[in-house]
Amino acid sequence: MSHNQSAFWCGFLDCIPFILVVAPFGLLFGVVATEAGLNLLETMSMTVLVIAGAAQFTALALLQDHAPTIVVILAALTVNLRMAMYSAALVPHLGKTSLSTRALASYFMIDQTFAVSIKKYESNPHWSTSQKTAYYFGCTTALCPFWYLFCLTGALVGQSIPKEYSLDFAIPICFISLIAPMLRSLPHLVSALVSIVLALVLAWMPYNLWLIVAAVFAMMAGAKTELWVKSRRAEC
Amino acid sequence: MLSTWTVWIVIISLGVGTYLIRFSFLGLIGGRELPEWVLRHLRYVAVAVMPALITPLVIWPEATAGEPDPSRLTAAIAAFVIGIRFNSVIGAILGGMVTLYGMQYLLG
Repeated sequence: MSHNQSAFWCGFLDCIPFILVVAPFGLLFGVVATEAGLNLLETMSMTVLVIAGAAQFTALALLQDHAPTIVVILAALTVNLRMAMYSAALVPHLGKTSLSTRALASYFMIDQTFAVSIKKYESNPHWSTSQKTAYYFGCTTALCPFWYLFCLTGALVGQSIPKEYSLDFAIPICFISLIAPMLRSLPHLVSALVSIVLALVLAWMPYNLWLIVAAVFAMMAGAKTELWVKSRRAEC
Repeated sequence: MLSTWTVWIVIISLGVGTYLIRFSFLGLIGGRELPEWVLRHLRYVAVAVMPALITPLVIWPEATAGEPDPSRLTAAIAAFVIGIRFNSVIGAILGGMVTLYGMQYLLG
């Protein structure tokens, strides 16, 4: 097998377990969207065009509250603003690929595949661009079709997994599990800590703005700490 | 009842807007070299975004009407400890969910 093929399957296998997290979330979206009065075409169009769970749920909740259309759109887009940061963070790794590859990679950019890919790139700095690209698409191939499939199933069957299974908590557990192994240095720890504290302190901000503000400051805190650690080392 | 027009305007605006957000930097910067200070910031994107994204879900879960829940808090801590100690994502997810069910069973 070539390097690229093996990187693709490596990404695929690394992401397969996250189907367990995507499944209940997708089912729930299908059910909730149908109950809100969206027909199958509308539910699936949203799923395929937006392909971002948190934003889809935000839009749905605000539609049901009869919020002004512009508010629905802006609030859901603000939830997705974090992906501009993912997009930037992928530039050093996938930036040298063709425009069509980047266009496709952008469409499939979701939290899990981003986090898993970045973690892999950090631990394999010698990887070529084509290996990194193959790995990335291995990740998306393992997850994105299942997002469509489970949203569809939820919409058709009209039943999600009973609340007693507490699968609402699979998402936070999944993200904690992705992030914890990345906290290997002081700057990473500081950044995560600032992120948590600001998320709580800024919770009052409307339209999900707290998320992007907290994330930007946390990123700056990480970068500043990295500089500080380096200057300390230089002094010693 | 939601109007069909409203729903389609939301779906299409959200689809186009989200795609442009995702495409933004990757699409427009492409292969150009980024200055070191930018790269330094980008190294922290994952650890800056994701903790903020889930912190409210952990502290004020919707399933308990926003009340902090001992089972969920313990499960979150368990996943964190396993993840940081054993460097295993899957181990942390499984450990977290097992802890959640265990705590719910113990607390009735």
